[in-house]
Amino acid sequence: MEHGAMSGTPPSSRRWDAAILTLLFSFLYVPILIVVVFSFNDSRLVTVWAGFSTRWYGSLLSNRPLLDAALISLQIGLLSALIATVLGTWAAIVLTRLGPFRGRAVLGAMVYAPLVMPEIITGLSLLLLFVAIGLDRGFWTITLAHATFSMCFVTVLVQARLVTLDRSLEEAAQDLGCSPSAAFRQVTLPLISTSVAAGFLLALTLSLDDLVVASFVSGPGATTLPMRIYGQARLGVTPEINAICSVLIGLVTLAVLAASLLTKRDFAARRER
Amino acid sequence: MTRAARSPGWSRAWIAAVPALWLAALFLAPFAIVAKLSLSSPATAQPPYTPVFDLFAGLERLTADLSALTLANFTTVFTDVLYVDALLSSLRLAGVATLVLLLIGYPAAMALSRLPERWKPFGLALVILPFWTSFLIRIYAWIGILRPEGYVNGVLRWLGLIDEPILFLNTDFAIVLGLVYAYLPFMVLPLFAAVDRLDPSLAEAAADLGCPPWKTFWLVTLPLSLPGAAAGALLVFIPSLGEIIVPDLLGGSDTLMIGRTLWSEFFSNRDWPLASALAILLLMVLLPPIILWRRLEARRWSTAP
Repeated sequence: MEHGAMSGTPPSSRRWDAAILTLLFSFLYVPILIVVVFSFNDSRLVTVWAGFSTRWYGSLLSNRPLLDAALISLQIGLLSALIATVLGTWAAIVLTRLGPFRGRAVLGAMVYAPLVMPEIITGLSLLLLFVAIGLDRGFWTITLAHATFSMCFVTVLVQARLVTLDRSLEEAAQDLGCSPSAAFRQVTLPLISTSVAAGFLLALTLSLDDLVVASFVSGPGATTLPMRIYGQARLGVTPEINAICSVLIGLVTLAVLAASLLTKRDFAARRER
Repeated sequence: MTRAARSPGWSRAWIAAVPALWLAALFLAPFAIVAKLSLSSPATAQPPYTPVFDLFAGLERLTADLSALTLANFTTVFTDVLYVDALLSSLRLAGVATLVLLLIGYPAAMALSRLPERWKPFGLALVILPFWTSFLIRIYAWIGILRPEGYVNGVLRWLGLIDEPILFLNTDFAIVLGLVYAYLPFMVLPLFAAVDRLDPSLAEAAADLGCPPWKTFWLVTLPLSLPGAAAGALLVFIPSLGEIIVPDLLGGSDTLMIGRTLWSEFFSNRDWPLASALAILLLMVLLPPIILWRRLEARRWSTAP
């Protein structure tokens, strides 16, 4: 099959494919690379290369508002991702394992709706809620908002894994005298742990990435990193933003590498079983 | 089977209560408030709208509040050229971006599907990876490339092709480019899934029978991968329509997109009721494509091998 597909492809079209993929990946990666390369530029003029320097990274360390924003973003990210993972996994289990119950369709719709809801509507509606109930806007409102939309992504991820899982494993555990909750803890949870971890990472990324919803529901004293970057980016390109963006790109790359190693190990382990 | 599984109905619903209540409180309730607010009038008060329902103020007050609700915001939205234009221009820009993505997506997905089997996951990972990078950073990157003293103009000037910088930034072109760049993975992945499932012997048979490649694509690949193309198109069209960061950073001050109009009504003009009416309008426009996408997904999963 594999060879059939290859031998059936004439060399000229394979050259085409190589050209297309080169163009595709250049389009995807060159803009990001430019940001990273010019973060090491010695000149304040971003377009003119004036030699290698790490001074913009140094100046990041003394940029108090930026560091504060990064810290707030990280706290909100971790906390909201934790809530989203618990609630999202919970909803996924309810939707796949509970069977029919009153309101199942409503829950399913409520889980899917935020996925396609424009951020601007999510942000506006949550802000209006917080104003209506008189909740002070800031750290906690952003955390609640992020947990809410992230949990839906977690649910979809975990649900996809639960659907493919062999039900007979859980049933066997219960036949052998496990209580449903023990069977869940000892059989189901270990099997879905990779999806749950991936869900946590996705939730964390979504939270760290969010600008629109946070701008709506934040209050004085709670400026997240994207809000800070956005405020500066609107004024123009500076080497300092290039530097902070490069740090974030580096962190994301590391996280993705770690996650792919994790799933690879999980795959290997699953194949051995 | 568990004990709970034997008794259907309410007895099991309580386990679902925690996530359900969370979403009801933080997704459904806010939505009801938007709907209510879209029928309210702006006021110079805190909060800046009227009426403010007070559930403990008695029935008389409640009926007075109910009768104070008005459709005026929707009348404004539909009669004021500004809002109609913003909606039309959003539809146009999102539509153009979707078309461009289809044109880029097909060759990309087909080239990816012709990679040797063991290279495919790597190729796909490279398509997805930028998606994990901050949306804001990816759009920000284009400011440096497109602006008058940016890299594109620098290269063109260096080549001696231009004397005056070309205006790329703050144009509709920049918005479409930003949308295409941001949502490319959303198009390529479903297209790849559709194209990769096709039996390569179909295309080979067509080629053996003397069909030129473009005709093979038109008669074989395209019709068979249409569900994937539709999924990809909806997946990029839906978020493009409500997009705000792209038009704000790359678009000109005179470019109207509905998301941006909503934003400025809310933050600059502080007309919360009108912003809510715009949100309802945007949602109404998005509802048909969203429902279509859900149907398509349901069918795709039920027919998948």
